[in-house]
Amino acid sequence: MLLPRARGPISTEVFASLLHAPPGVSTVPMPPGWPDHFEDPLEDEDLQVTLWALYELHYKGFEDVEDEWEWDAGMLAVRRELERSFEAALRTLAEPHVRAVVGGKGDLADRLFDLTEAFEGPELSAYLQRTATREQTEEFLALRSIYHLKESDPQSWAIPRLQPAIKSRLVELQFDEYGGGRPERVHQALYATTLERAGLDPAYGAYIDDVPAIVLATNNAMSLFGLHRRLNGAAMGHLGAFEATSSLPCVRYAAGLRRLGFGDDAAFYFDEHVEADAVHEQLALRGICAALALDDPSQEADIVFGAVICLALDVRFAEQLLGAWDSDANLLGPEHDGVPVPA
Amino acid sequence: MSAAVRPDEPQVEVTLCPGGPMLLRGATHVIDDDGRRVPVERPVVALCRCDKSGRKPWCDGTHKLLPLEI
Repeated sequence: MLLPRARGPISTEVFASLLHAPPGVSTVPMPPGWPDHFEDPLEDEDLQVTLWALYELHYKGFEDVEDEWEWDAGMLAVRRELERSFEAALRTLAEPHVRAVVGGKGDLADRLFDLTEAFEGPELSAYLQRTATREQTEEFLALRSIYHLKESDPQSWAIPRLQPAIKSRLVELQFDEYGGGRPERVHQALYATTLERAGLDPAYGAYIDDVPAIVLATNNAMSLFGLHRRLNGAAMGHLGAFEATSSLPCVRYAAGLRRLGFGDDAAFYFDEHVEADAVHEQLALRGICAALALDDPSQEADIVFGAVICLALDVRFAEQLLGAWDSDANLLGPEHDGVPVPA
Repeated sequence: MSAAVRPDEPQVEVTLCPGGPMLLRGATHVIDDDGRRVPVERPVVALCRCDKSGRKPWCDGTHKLLPLEI
């Protein structure tokens, strides 16, 4: 995979260094006014694509970027500055919901299940089940490919940081995500098959230049939580909310794909998640999140923070996608830069 | 001294989730309502307890759509 296209002054500077300068002699200048000039970090295409690329150095990297950049001190300083703005925006977004859940009565797992069920957002899965056109469904699949082709990888960063009883639950869950010992059943591979059967490009990162800031922010939040040990609770809370809002929508996505004639092979990824995530939500919320909070009550606020961010960014994504479709526009495309373009 | 579990001994563990499914670890198959022998294909499976799942014997999350008291 090649480095994505730059989307503004920061990514232009950072990507130029990654492509042309030798690592170890970082010369990335901080743009003037940084970091106060981000009106909304969650919607800032420039910030999000820069952060996404810097995080990607810790996953698979880029063919046109030297691997040593991953631990270049100057580049890490840039990432840290972007993360400060990003995390502050996430905290602001989540705060009212976090306050409503933290310190409440009852088991944390029950409170998190209640949170996922009460969190209000548009019915994207119902629309895809009953109404979406073939083109809209393809657009949805491509937008979601940024995460699903690296599905579960951001949560694997948490494994060494958990105490043994909780670690065993996370590994049990991840073992299932990674195919239970069968390479062809790795969820990432199942999603690649879905893309292929839908006539889309199954290559890792193929659509990175075409997705809007909200998709990058959704992915970046998982990497932020996963890569920082201090945010381990948020990583697990995010995982719990993700799993607990998956089974029922996946029933609808699978039905939508079959309605449009995509076939069983394309729908299989979603079929698999109906059953898998009915297990995973119990493991993640009871075996991991509630157990983590019981073991260390100071983690509760961050667990809830991570869960809320999962839900809130998912709602934003659904609002933007359905909003674009409602005005006969698209969210996917190289030229939109956050503004839906006419289809 | 407590009885140690030898790794080669098959162990089945059942966990009842409040308001949710039954988790089953270490099982090789489940006999469903119709007497079918359904193989277990993942390390932990969730068995439906609300009887409303569309994929019995497995849980599919449908219990969340049901009223609290039934």
